[in-house]
Amino acid sequence: MDQSIKDDSAERQRRGGVISARNLDLVFETADTPVHALSSIDLDIFKGEFISFIGPSGCGKTTLLRVIADLEQPTGGSISVNGMTPDQARQARAYGYVFQAAALYPWRTIEKNIALPLEIMGFDKAERKARIESNLELVGLSGFGGKFPWQLSGGMQQRASIARALSFDPDLLLMDEPFGALDEIVRDHLNEELLKLWAKTKKTVVFVTHSIPEAVFLSTRIVVMSPRPGRIHEVIDCDLGPDRPLEIRDTPEFLAIAHRVREGLRAGHGYD
Amino acid sequence: MTSAPTRIAEPGAGIGSAGPLRRLGRRMVEGRTVPILTVVAAILAIWYLAAIGMNWQTETDKLVRAGEAYGIVDTIAATWSAERPILPAPHQIVAEIWKSTVLVKPTSPRSLLFHAWVTLSSTLLGFVIGTALGVALAVGILHSRTLDRSLMPWIITSQTIPILAIAPMIIVVLNAVGVQGLLPKAIISTYLSFFPVAVGMVKGLRSPDAMLLDLMHTYSASRPQILAKLRWPASMPFLFTSMKVAVAAALVGAIVGELPTGAVAGLGARLLAGSYYGQTIQIWSALVAAAVMAGILVWLVGLGERISLKRMGERS
Amino acid sequence: MSGARLLGGSGPAATALMAGLAGASALGALALLESGQRGLVLAAVIAVFWLFSWRLTVNLAALEPVGRAGRTVLGILIPLVFGVTLLFLWEFIVRGLAVPSVLLPAPSDIGVRIANSLPILWADFVQTYLKAVVAGYVLGCGSGFLVAVLIDRSPFLKRGLLPIGNLVSALPIVGVAPIMVMWFGFDWPSKAAVVVVMTFFPMLVNTVAGLNAAGAMERDLMRTYGASSSQSLVKLRLPAALPFIFNALKINSTLALIGAIVAEFFGTPIVGMGFRISAEIGRMNTDMVWAEIAVAALAGSLTYGLLSVAERAATFWHPSYRKA
Repeated sequence: MDQSIKDDSAERQRRGGVISARNLDLVFETADTPVHALSSIDLDIFKGEFISFIGPSGCGKTTLLRVIADLEQPTGGSISVNGMTPDQARQARAYGYVFQAAALYPWRTIEKNIALPLEIMGFDKAERKARIESNLELVGLSGFGGKFPWQLSGGMQQRASIARALSFDPDLLLMDEPFGALDEIVRDHLNEELLKLWAKTKKTVVFVTHSIPEAVFLSTRIVVMSPRPGRIHEVIDCDLGPDRPLEIRDTPEFLAIAHRVREGLRAGHGYD
Repeated sequence: MTSAPTRIAEPGAGIGSAGPLRRLGRRMVEGRTVPILTVVAAILAIWYLAAIGMNWQTETDKLVRAGEAYGIVDTIAATWSAERPILPAPHQIVAEIWKSTVLVKPTSPRSLLFHAWVTLSSTLLGFVIGTALGVALAVGILHSRTLDRSLMPWIITSQTIPILAIAPMIIVVLNAVGVQGLLPKAIISTYLSFFPVAVGMVKGLRSPDAMLLDLMHTYSASRPQILAKLRWPASMPFLFTSMKVAVAAALVGAIVGELPTGAVAGLGARLLAGSYYGQTIQIWSALVAAAVMAGILVWLVGLGERISLKRMGERS
Repeated sequence: MSGARLLGGSGPAATALMAGLAGASALGALALLESGQRGLVLAAVIAVFWLFSWRLTVNLAALEPVGRAGRTVLGILIPLVFGVTLLFLWEFIVRGLAVPSVLLPAPSDIGVRIANSLPILWADFVQTYLKAVVAGYVLGCGSGFLVAVLIDRSPFLKRGLLPIGNLVSALPIVGVAPIMVMWFGFDWPSKAAVVVVMTFFPMLVNTVAGLNAAGAMERDLMRTYGASSSQSLVKLRLPAALPFIFNALKINSTLALIGAIVAEFFGTPIVGMGFRISAEIGRMNTDMVWAEIAVAALAGSLTYGLLSVAERAATFWHPSYRKA
């Protein structure tokens, strides 16, 4: 292992586990063969981490995220979120989920979209207003609250979606390729903003991506997955320090980690 | 709680764990056969119960007047076999249909088939002409900007007016000038099927993606060529959808067209005669015959749709 | 600018000239008709009128107004000019050829009849529209909606009921009118019952389709909030279903009016639009029939227009309203 990358796994253990998966399996029964979307997944995710799942399509990264979110049910093994089952964690509103598309309701303004989880979870009107204001500011959309989703650009819609996920202040943020549909310039900008947000709010973030630079830039740990069956190929530590400007992407440390990730992807994927 | 696992289709080969018969059973329950049959069975059960309830009073009165002793079973049996029931039981309707189709010569005016054919002939004639005219007008509207902006709004508006109300007048007026029988009803059916086809085809002929039209322009294709090779195939789904609406409308038009002159032939005439003479079962049998005919006609159009779409490579 | 160029042109001057000439020839034809002149001169004036009106319509159709207001005005003006042209042609041809009134009355006769029969028309309207149509429409659409929400919980029932609902929507339901008369009597309740049957299934089918319209992502989002199914219904699935529901409401408005009028052909007390139509046909008073039809057309299009306005207010967010 490269000595220049800090190895603080002991440090992470002290900070407490948030998600714990043991021998997790998910098999889809289809008309033809059963599909092993997840196979023997063992993973610990700790508080305050920014962990990325990266891999080619079919490797199970989105499926794993959805299992954590109780949007899919595993067929074997165990998983706990905040010490509870995913279902209990979901009922306890333990996480915020950001989809690949903004999934904003078009009949609600941005403000009311951010208010949606707050309405469902029973926050009172004053509290809702305060939270909407602060989260709009957090993602840089102050003043756009009265607009409708289609009046905003793709990048702004995704920012609103992130604000919505943060509005009820969950400790865990689950993000499924949130910037995949955006062009690279907007993507870079949002990567920066997300990093600042994470530093500021100290949430635990689980981030699915298929972009190597994005994973290395954002994460403290990278989980490289491979398909058929979906499994973890390698977990790479990636602590490039808390303050990361975009320029860090040209430094040798960054490139070394990116290289490791790329090699891991290639090895796992094979040539089929 | 997610139902996604059983519907994900991933490439692969092999058979699942359940045996073939269990799989067929499961497919039927999760498909549409069993649910539809269950609902139909439930409807029939409710119908029989309703027949008991609605005919109870009249049948009890009749049994009391007959003077003999009777029990609940007798009453129920009576409610299901009354001569002029308020609500006939399904088997009575089936028996009446059987009587007036199989047991009677098809050419006799007592045969339901004879009446059905009278209605069907004007329906089909009107439907075919109406569809042809609708398609022709759609092509015209497509190519003429003037027609598009002057006539099309009226065609769309005409769908909000109860055109069927004109039917009696058309019949009587045409009869007065000597046009009788099949033709006036066919004209009504034409009128009613023309509008959905025109509106649907305009949408369909305009449906091709801008990219595909641009491609045609790069080939310097002429307007008739674009029409034949791009717009027409692209409009097939729209054509068949509107033809289903049109054929149903043509049938209703033909039936209503038989009402005003106190016509003696056709399903509408049967409905009218039945209501004048209080022949409840006759009304119901004519209604069921009309419903069956509508169902068959729409199904036939759907069949045509499946065949032509399959030939164009649509996945089923 | 030479006269010929002006006549063949399409600029604003030419368009105004067309309008003027069309109006003038219309007045000329009317004058000829009033003075009892028939024959070739009248035919020529009518042909001239048709020519100028058509050119006017063509010119208007070729215009490309810049602002939205201009486009809206033109969108109404062109079909209006076209419709008025047809109306005038109808008047001229019927009167010019002395078509018997029992065959096809002139629009002026119909107008006179309307003006003279307002009380009767109003009474018929109340009976058919305000009583039968409104009651049946509210009941039919309401119950269709409720049943759809109820069976929404059961995919089994949905799979069973939906194909049947689609089938029934295609059937000639007006045929149940005599049966409804038998059950509910001659008066308007039986007509309302026909309307209920006619409007129930389209509403059911469309509401079920609408409740399924919310996207998978949006539904997953509700799940991540731990929302109950009624919260999910009210905050997501019902708003997403509104386009479909309004589609059904618009279709049903036409069906309701047709159902009520045609149901009256099967028997009704001596008032009602359907009754008036069949009675006056029997007496060969076609101008009264046309008057009733004009009232029905007005009622139908106004209702549809109101529903479209409501639809726009409720579903402003739908992509179909956001065309460039």
